[in-house]
Amino acid sequence: MQKKKASAITSYNKWGYFFLIPFIVVFLIFQLIPLVSTVYYSFFENYRSGLKQIGPNFVGLGNYVKLIGQKDFLIYFKNTMIMWVMGFIPQILVSLLLGAWFTDPSLRLKGQRFFKTVIYLPNLIMASAFAMLFFALFADGGPVNSILVNAGFLAKPYKFMSHVWSVRGLVALMNFLMWFGNTTILLMAGMLGIDTSLFEAAQVDGATATQIFFQITLPLLRPILVYVMVTSLIGGLQMFDVPQILTNGTGDPMSSSMTLIMFLNKHLFSKNYGMAGALSVILLIITGILSMFIFKTTAQNEVK
Amino acid sequence: MANNKASSGASIHVRRAVSYVVLILLSFLCLFWFYVLFINATRSNGELGRGFTAIPSSHLMENLNNMLHSSQPMLSGLRNSVFISACTAALTTYFSVMTAYAIHSYEFKGKKAIFTFILAIMMIPTQVSALGFIRLMTKMKLMNNFIPLIVPAIASPVTFFYMKQYMESNLPSSLIEAARIDGAGEFYTFNKVVLPLMVPAIAVQAIFAFVSSWNNYFTPALVLSKDKMKTLPILIAQLRAADWLKFDMGQVYAAIAFSIFPVIIVYLFLSKYIVGGVAAGAVKG
Repeated sequence: MQKKKASAITSYNKWGYFFLIPFIVVFLIFQLIPLVSTVYYSFFENYRSGLKQIGPNFVGLGNYVKLIGQKDFLIYFKNTMIMWVMGFIPQILVSLLLGAWFTDPSLRLKGQRFFKTVIYLPNLIMASAFAMLFFALFADGGPVNSILVNAGFLAKPYKFMSHVWSVRGLVALMNFLMWFGNTTILLMAGMLGIDTSLFEAAQVDGATATQIFFQITLPLLRPILVYVMVTSLIGGLQMFDVPQILTNGTGDPMSSSMTLIMFLNKHLFSKNYGMAGALSVILLIITGILSMFIFKTTAQNEVK
Repeated sequence: MANNKASSGASIHVRRAVSYVVLILLSFLCLFWFYVLFINATRSNGELGRGFTAIPSSHLMENLNNMLHSSQPMLSGLRNSVFISACTAALTTYFSVMTAYAIHSYEFKGKKAIFTFILAIMMIPTQVSALGFIRLMTKMKLMNNFIPLIVPAIASPVTFFYMKQYMESNLPSSLIEAARIDGAGEFYTFNKVVLPLMVPAIAVQAIFAFVSSWNNYFTPALVLSKDKMKTLPILIAQLRAADWLKFDMGQVYAAIAFSIFPVIIVYLFLSKYIVGGVAAGAVKG
């Protein structure tokens, strides 16, 4: 009897493998093989020069040396980081502020559901269409210039698309708008998870709202803040749709808004597979290191 | 003491007023662009050239009509986008529940290793393997095909993780055991007992999967080059690449509105579940 039951359980457990088959097969074909072959291609010289096909010739780390030696790569990396920071700093500050207000029981804000719905909305908008919209709205003869000139803020239309910092600013503004609602909701969940007796005790001791925020909320929120920052950084490294559409893939003016993935996209379309491979691998290594931080915190909670 | 109470009372009023002002400003900042988009989609090219007005005009149907009959295949783009997004949402939710169920309910060798592995690859962006992906799809003759945009959704670590979290608190093992005692097969139990219990999680993740596939630009732009196969984001990018000043601006706004407003309308009906879903994913994430 005992033996029969045990064998029935093991036969159930075979189904665990069966249910894993679709995930594993699809993962192998569409993710793992492409990833491994990307690494493989990165060691070969393989591109078109005019009508002539060069390679594939094995060049070892030649593509990496060439890529890092190029000024372009470093400039695009810097651009990506600048635009990410410009969007992320207001994003985290505004989200902390809103999260603190929404979760503060003494404020009793009304219409919370409305505000949350509105601030989350831009996250669901097609980034390419949003960028196209901004391009139309901030054009020299577009509605934003029309409003600013009519209101007397500007004497003549400002050429938003021809200045380094206005293009970067628009990209950062769009990223901020698309992500601060999401971050607010994440931080709120973290804030609501804090033991309320801590707040009550602090209030009894006469702490002000500001003191409570900096002395209790912020330190206890640290794990979530790290999570938000690292995931946002990984997302920032993938920045593509918004600057690509806004500048039509040129990264104008003077490649000042060209990001790493736009650079990768360019290599993929011009079929420079060696350089595309090396660039992919570098991005993979950077994201790999960053996601180790997240993995550590998630895995500690999940894998027991 | 009374004095102290009064001053803290006043400060609450001030703080509340400040927070309302900031919230209203931020809401304005979020909605303003879509308001202008709506207004401009209703105005003719000539009216748009004369600067901005806050009142809608009467050319919405005309703009939409011109846009749908322009050289850009917007209607087939809409069809392709809906098809790809719907298939992606269906596959990613069904198979993520299946994968999560395998890890959640069975004991087998290598289970922990597989789970750790899925967590580890969760953050790897699709872009870094795009090169190998495109070359493999070319070899498999799957370029200009929807398969490379739909089938990979079966292996989605993020959706899997959400489903696994949901199962831990909402799938009692007693129900599965009861089904086994009744003699139900494992696959039958999965489809008839487990899936119905997962409906709330499936709904939330289906919405996210649909929207992210709907908005996806990078991979479809690499895979699809035939006009009839293109999705809306690719057509929007083409609108940008074309010398847009020659265009009828009313049509350009109508095309953007055509890609943005369906999602906004659906969102307004489902916002409660969507915002709740983000928060639910956050608590343990």
